[in-house]
Amino acid sequence: MSSNQESIVRTLVVALVVSLVASIFVAGSAVTLKPIQQKNALLDKQRSILAIAGIEGSRLSADEVRALFERRIKAEVIDLATGETTREYDPLTFDPLKVAKDQNISRALPGKEDIAFIKRREQYTTVYRLEAIDGSGELEALILPVRGYGLWSTLYGFLAIKPDLNTVVGLGFYQHGETPGLGGEVDNPAWKKLWQGKTLFDANGRPDIEVVKGGVPPGSQKAGHQVDALAGATLTSKGVNNLLTFWLGEQGFGPYLERLRRDMATPENQEEEE
Amino acid sequence: MAKSITAREVLFDPVFKNNPVILQILGICSALAVTSNLNTSLVMAIALTSVTAFSNLFIAMIRNQIPSSIRMIVQMVIIASLVIVVDQILRAYAFTLAKQLSVFVGLIITNCIVMGRAEAFAMQNPPWRSFLDGIGNGLGYSLLLIMLGTVRELFGAGKLMGYEILPLDTNGGWYVPNGLLLLPPSAFFLIGFFIWALRMWKKEQQEKPDFRLAPQMKEEE
Repeated sequence: MSSNQESIVRTLVVALVVSLVASIFVAGSAVTLKPIQQKNALLDKQRSILAIAGIEGSRLSADEVRALFERRIKAEVIDLATGETTREYDPLTFDPLKVAKDQNISRALPGKEDIAFIKRREQYTTVYRLEAIDGSGELEALILPVRGYGLWSTLYGFLAIKPDLNTVVGLGFYQHGETPGLGGEVDNPAWKKLWQGKTLFDANGRPDIEVVKGGVPPGSQKAGHQVDALAGATLTSKGVNNLLTFWLGEQGFGPYLERLRRDMATPENQEEEE
Repeated sequence: MAKSITAREVLFDPVFKNNPVILQILGICSALAVTSNLNTSLVMAIALTSVTAFSNLFIAMIRNQIPSSIRMIVQMVIIASLVIVVDQILRAYAFTLAKQLSVFVGLIITNCIVMGRAEAFAMQNPPWRSFLDGIGNGLGYSLLLIMLGTVRELFGAGKLMGYEILPLDTNGGWYVPNGLLLLPPSAFFLIGFFIWALRMWKKEQQEKPDFRLAPQMKEEE
């Protein structure tokens, strides 16, 4: 028996059968669980979008989140270069991060422009409009995806701004790998609260937001444009500063925000779009 | 020969008498990485226990069929498949925790406890007994993870399972959290203290030194 067990044929048969059974087992579980996993990933993203727009997402049930998204949040894909909305992609399935890796629909950033250290910028991205609760379609907050390098990792998050396109509603990151307790404090609710009500642009419409090491000095004239840096996390704070300056600038959402401002100044345009 | 040990001993010996982490110093890497809070520690403990138990079970079931020339690879295939399945289940039913555990669930494959029990126990013992051995060793690992998770989260963040226990000074309380406890090196110190405490309690676990330093000798004239 035991000599039989060691023969080459036997070895091959055992290897084959074990691999076959194991692969069926693994493939089966991956396929059956995939729909639930995708739902989870989507829900997680929707929750973080809601939380940043000022609606506490983690306390809502999955159904409530879904209902809120259906009623009040409109996603649209925009062309970052022109700022126009495009119908080429379906906002529900469009993945800007995947696009950023595609040579044809993204742009490599030369070192000087790449202040957020993201290397490539996608040509299209998804933005979310939070609309008023009465269903009039009036804009209540605009949620923009932002990302940039901190100390150890790229921080991925959202920035929500008021309809004046200048005041911050909230800033938050849904994925990063910064040091827990130091740079990881970007997740601290107390720090995130500091961002609320800050203004992003100066009088000339240029991005003007600064994370200040050592805290905003009392009586600072520019306190509306300044936020305390995180203690013990100079580079993460700088990263947050850089990524905001980048995404609010010409390479980021500059053209899009410009287009929105123009639309708002001439209300007829909006009706035409309707 | 195995008959002299009862099923009860197979199950509970690895918890205190022969703890895989504290006595055998296995599985330290993940014990450092995932124990910064109690939630992830618990999930990791459950994941590892189920992988060890089921890999022991399946390997014991086919132990008489496995040719010895490829036995390690067969064990690895079974363990790896189980780990992938556990990872998939976590991502489906405990998404936020799976996100925090990230790569460490996958790294259960390389955890010495799983492979060690498969090779040392499941290859020689019947399936049910091997299954119990897997659960027992998983419990031994879980015990340490839960102790680490509790100490690190309680004193590092003032919380347990995400609920505030010690009122933090940032929220108007009195407790200033010790940030070092949230970083992996703190788990090293804590494991050291646990090893010391257990060996003070169970003196038979103390190791004899392999050699002693000889007294300094005078140079011969």
